[in-house]
Amino acid sequence: MKHLLSIDDLGADGIAQVMRLTDNFVEVSGRAIPKVPTLRGKTVVSLFYEDSTRTRLSFETAAKRLSADTMTFSVSSSSVNKGESLRDTVETIEAMGVDAVVVRHKSAGVPWRIASWVGASVINAGDGWHEHPTQALLDCYTIRSRRGSLSGLRIAIVGDIAHSRVARSDVAAFHALGAEVVLVAPPTLLPPTLEGWPVTVSHQLDRELGDLDVIYLLRLQRERMSEALIPSLREYRTLYGLTADRLRRLRPDALVMHPGPMNRGVEIDAEAAGDRRSVITTQVSNGVAVRMAVLYLILGAGADLIAPVPELVGKP
Amino acid sequence: MAERERNATPPRGGVFVAATTVMDGADLRRAVTRIAHEIVERNHGLEGVVLIGLQTGGVPLAQRLHQSLADIEGLTVPLGTLDVAFYRDDIGLRPVVPEAVTDIPFDLTGRTVVLVDDVLFTGRTVRAALNALNDYGRPRAVQLAVMVDRGHRELPIRPDFVGKNLPTRFDEQVDVGPEGVVIGSVTPRTADGKSNR
Repeated sequence: MKHLLSIDDLGADGIAQVMRLTDNFVEVSGRAIPKVPTLRGKTVVSLFYEDSTRTRLSFETAAKRLSADTMTFSVSSSSVNKGESLRDTVETIEAMGVDAVVVRHKSAGVPWRIASWVGASVINAGDGWHEHPTQALLDCYTIRSRRGSLSGLRIAIVGDIAHSRVARSDVAAFHALGAEVVLVAPPTLLPPTLEGWPVTVSHQLDRELGDLDVIYLLRLQRERMSEALIPSLREYRTLYGLTADRLRRLRPDALVMHPGPMNRGVEIDAEAAGDRRSVITTQVSNGVAVRMAVLYLILGAGADLIAPVPELVGKP
Repeated sequence: MAERERNATPPRGGVFVAATTVMDGADLRRAVTRIAHEIVERNHGLEGVVLIGLQTGGVPLAQRLHQSLADIEGLTVPLGTLDVAFYRDDIGLRPVVPEAVTDIPFDLTGRTVVLVDDVLFTGRTVRAALNALNDYGRPRAVQLAVMVDRGHRELPIRPDFVGKNLPTRFDEQVDVGPEGVVIGSVTPRTADGKSNR
């Protein structure tokens, strides 16, 4: 695997392979010395044109636990402020000799453009409203580690679907692994068309609650909203927020998930975030192991991942 | 299957064709028992001894040794498994994917670790294992038990306990299974790229 740009690059088999490999890195992460020498001499640069805490730190931690060198490019203190173009910035970074570029950008498609310009591997850490494949992988891993498999589970993704790259990648990944996905949102927060999405749509969270294996709450992305898509935060919370009352109506074995950062008191109440069914912090810790698996697949494992095993034939 | 990684290098692995049985099931059982006695003798008992099987071939052998040690001394030593994939020196040169998750649920500091593998060949797997062990603590000593030493070392590594010294050609393959030890060769897969599985 050269790049990880989209969940579709992996397919169901690829996702399953990342999951299996992640098991190994969860073991590594749990040790007293959570570091392996696997990617010594490799350099990973994180190129973040948008704010991020967990994704950037998660990738950098993952790279360091694999003994890769990391460079951080932060737009606010770079020559981008002097008007340097994306292409010039990327080529400058590549000239320093990097093996992988982890990129986040506010425009959809930027990782594909960068992949066409450079020889290094490119990992999409979020492009606009489009894709966030490693988030989807860690979500799948978190559900799999609690429920064994995603096959046949009913998963609701609730909230601001329109602006959510997490939703787009999650829908693709959950569907690939055999889950049934229902999108729950007001019409104004759904994309203009859902043609081709393997989902059902509901506008009423209360009708769905009792039937869910997983409730996945999205952050209301106020910074991406240019117009008034909801009447008020309070009304949004009343109709779509995971309140203490709704929490009680969830099944006892349901999982509560959120990609972070949370707007507490809007899409999720503090009681729900702290409930025993909440796996929100598990998502973060699994994120490091999943990203180790992705970096390893791209930089270490070799292009051909499924090593054929010779079989014994006959008896001497 | 021993040394599967080597066989898995392009072009697309191959099929193991058995040629000669070197040890049968009874030979294997006697060798396990003897090695177990040697481990007890060398360490003056089993105080502080832990067994760690290397994935994948060393794991069943470590389990058999574990049982044999229990039969001899009447106590069970800690048993772990180690996958050295992330410590190999040929990462990037060929596909390296771990076979199983390492399971060492005890601290190695101050213990005597007996590493167990089925076949000792170039020594590179053992080198990787020694590096890996460091990350689980500082053992008092590390000893190496293998069922077959087939020569062709590329590193200064020697076993402490050996089931059988078995001179081989470099391109031969040795398979240690529950029914015995077999020498054979690997032939390429059929032209359509499918295995005969």
